[in-house]
Amino acid sequence: MNKPRLVVIGNGMAGIRTIEELLALAPDLYDITVFGSEPHPNYNRILLSPVLAGEQNFTDIVLNPLSWYEESGIHLHLGKTIERIERNNRMVIASDGTQVRYDRLLIATGSSPFILPVPGKDLKGVITYRDIYDTEAMIEAAKVKQHAVVIGGGLLGLEAANGLKLRGMDVTVVHLAETLLERQLDSTAGTLLQKSLEERGLKFLLSTSTSAILGNEAGEVAGLRFNDGSEIPADLIVMAAGIRPNTTLAESAGLHCNRGIIVNDTLQTFDPRIYAVGECVSHRGVAYGLVAPLFEQAKVCANHLALMGIGTYKGSVLSTKLKVTGIDLFSAGDFLGGEGTEEIVLSDPAGGVYKKLVIKDDQLVGACLYGDTADGAWYFKLLREGRKLGDLRDHIMFGETSVGDVGVAGHNRAATMADTDEVCGCNGVCKGAIVKAITEKGLFTLDELKKHTKAASSCGSCAGLCEQILMSTVGTDFQATPKTKAVCGCTDFSHDDVRRAIREHKLLTHNAVFDFLEWRTPNGCATCRPAINYYLISTWPREAVDDPQSRFVNERVHANIQKDNTFSVVPQMKGGVTTPDELRRIADVADKYHIPMVKVTGGQRIDLLGVKKEDLVNVWKDLGMKSGHAYGKSIRTVKTCVGAEFCRFGTQNSTQMGIDLETMLANMWSPHKVKLAVSGCPRNCAEAGIKDVGVIAVDSGWELYVGGNGGIKTEVAQFLVKVRTSEEVKEYTAAFLQLYREEAHYLDRTVHYLERVGMEYVKKRVVDDEAGRRALYERLLYSLEGLADPWEARIGGVQQREYIPIKAIA
Amino acid sequence: MNMPLTGNWTRACEVEDIPRLGSRVLERAAGNIAIFRNAQDQVFALLDRCPHKAGALSQGIVHGNAVTCPLHAWNIALDTGHACAPDEGCTQRFPIKVEGGEVFISLD
Repeated sequence: MNKPRLVVIGNGMAGIRTIEELLALAPDLYDITVFGSEPHPNYNRILLSPVLAGEQNFTDIVLNPLSWYEESGIHLHLGKTIERIERNNRMVIASDGTQVRYDRLLIATGSSPFILPVPGKDLKGVITYRDIYDTEAMIEAAKVKQHAVVIGGGLLGLEAANGLKLRGMDVTVVHLAETLLERQLDSTAGTLLQKSLEERGLKFLLSTSTSAILGNEAGEVAGLRFNDGSEIPADLIVMAAGIRPNTTLAESAGLHCNRGIIVNDTLQTFDPRIYAVGECVSHRGVAYGLVAPLFEQAKVCANHLALMGIGTYKGSVLSTKLKVTGIDLFSAGDFLGGEGTEEIVLSDPAGGVYKKLVIKDDQLVGACLYGDTADGAWYFKLLREGRKLGDLRDHIMFGETSVGDVGVAGHNRAATMADTDEVCGCNGVCKGAIVKAITEKGLFTLDELKKHTKAASSCGSCAGLCEQILMSTVGTDFQATPKTKAVCGCTDFSHDDVRRAIREHKLLTHNAVFDFLEWRTPNGCATCRPAINYYLISTWPREAVDDPQSRFVNERVHANIQKDNTFSVVPQMKGGVTTPDELRRIADVADKYHIPMVKVTGGQRIDLLGVKKEDLVNVWKDLGMKSGHAYGKSIRTVKTCVGAEFCRFGTQNSTQMGIDLETMLANMWSPHKVKLAVSGCPRNCAEAGIKDVGVIAVDSGWELYVGGNGGIKTEVAQFLVKVRTSEEVKEYTAAFLQLYREEAHYLDRTVHYLERVGMEYVKKRVVDDEAGRRALYERLLYSLEGLADPWEARIGGVQQREYIPIKAIA
Repeated sequence: MNMPLTGNWTRACEVEDIPRLGSRVLERAAGNIAIFRNAQDQVFALLDRCPHKAGALSQGIVHGNAVTCPLHAWNIALDTGHACAPDEGCTQRFPIKVEGGEVFISLD
């Protein structure tokens, strides 16, 4: 069988990343050929600076060893430069005469250093800083030469200067602008940077332009002359004054170029058979010189090469980090500010710390940090999400830890952590293991990190910290987690896409969803199946049929699996109220089934732990109580205090209110667990401030709070509304929960949903819009009406064989 | 499917006894065995013990030809018993044959 042929011109990070993405999507679609001018397999160009500085060697930075090409069935031509593209014959021709035909062509020729057009530019000893060849030339030069001059005070120039200094040379940086890194830092931060580099022994000539490079009789570099006529000696000159996209090949083939090969949002050039990615392209008028955008381009391009046709590239927001050990700087977005923007500045020049945040229309639009960059990842996240700052504005300068984190996410900062410090408390992963995985396995994204190390893969509270470690380890290569995430690896569609398709096209089964949205796997995975199951039954109650095989075990068997594969049983106790008769039955059951532990839960109920699966149905039968749903993404419990009936401070009957709410919400499935509490007075003994819905009685009625959370990250519930009657409490509570049920992403708690849509939106839907509120309330009641108690159903014989092993064998 | 060298087949159950994309447990003193059925009605048998922390694989979600352990979400290939990359580990696999809708297992 003849597969279509894909030819890649350029064996660098952008081209090969595209191929990796393509192979992940469609491993057998193409017969792939790769041409590279360099004699090396794909290596991490960004890590050339650590190589120059003597912190790593070349083999450390190879991303794809030759064996990878072989295993992936790629025909690799090393050391061959493509000289011509014959578009009418769909053929490329290499310097040695090799000819290969293509059906699809991917151009990833990267960029070249800009060479100042001054006399003497061709002298021996004038080099650029672009690839491993240049790096090795510099390392060799540093052994025998003394005076190095780096032309250009940008990222590359400073990294080169630092490396040469570390290798023992006397280094001067010549820069045209008034401050260093003027495209990445404002002048204050640039001056701080200059100061600390000067302390390391580097010299700077700013606002200086070169007029000629001077040579000796042997044709070697001897010095530099500037516009003002002054001269300095030099025996090595590194040109690092910017890059230019390599478009010569594309231009000669007649492809439209303008400071880069022009591509559309699918990375396609003006010839539909030809795609281009990386530093050689110009997208919406921008040519990027950092790695993160290239990776985003690679992902989109691969999607189209794989004939899926759904991704678009809309440009990248950039962030910067200098890879000079011991110097922390970070900038992103519009860090200079200007018309219509406001600035928050923290400046401690003596302590070497400077932070500037630029805000426009209540959104963070730029950040420039020097000296303390621990919050860079967090600022970058806020910036990309375009989140309204609101109250956050008062604390934002003091960093993420100032906004109410507790637990592992709070007090550890990536930069200051030791290798032995634990990052992921759930899976016991320490910083050293994460850094090792990132460097050894060449990881760039949080998802990859999760898969390889398990860090951030359980409760997720350390995800921010892991992103920080990624960022500080790989620098600018860091690939930010996309804002809208695909549901899982089976699809590129987001949760919202899936919900919309189910609603608008009335999809009623998993297979209908998989077919309609062209799932990549035949029947999904353990991540998407439960999500889709929830979306189906919540969108089409009484029509879509619950699929037990798409439920996590706890929801399938209606009990909570424990580490030894036994289960825990929590019967319903509405509002935490029980009776002597129930307690006697619980005691009898515990005796009869030899239950190893009986424990009072945090939700005012009783937990029977260590029940064997085959005993579950009999335990429920003997208890004669309803399911407490302590195992599900569902209503859990309504915690109450004793309230006005007994308490001398109580203002309302909070216990009865709790019982009424729990009765109304019985058997409710939801995107994640839902916990409520009702307190009888503002002393709030039922801890309503950290519940999904918290109700606090006051003398004149009830106050409702939503979006609280006592778990991974403590979140205080926000005030929603004050109402008079208990009937209103039920209506507003139901309306809010139904809105959450209809719009939240699966596994988002109410606080995450609120964070996404904003409290204002929720108030508009639930408080201001009376008819809308009634409709939400009625939709919830419609969904819940007639739902059977799952324990009762199973005692009646539903899914019987789930609980019974096939008989024992020898 | 690899055939055992000897002909010691034990009848386990009928294919229809196992839910599609689900499993049943075969009790055994030397460790329970989980019998799985995929969407194409192929049947597989693995020791009911995840190589990670001994979770009961029979309780996991079955998808494609893999099962996700309910304890820490490792994916185990049903046909080989190997953990899917990047996890590393392996659980014991038992040969199965299906004849006339009946499932036989080899415990040799």
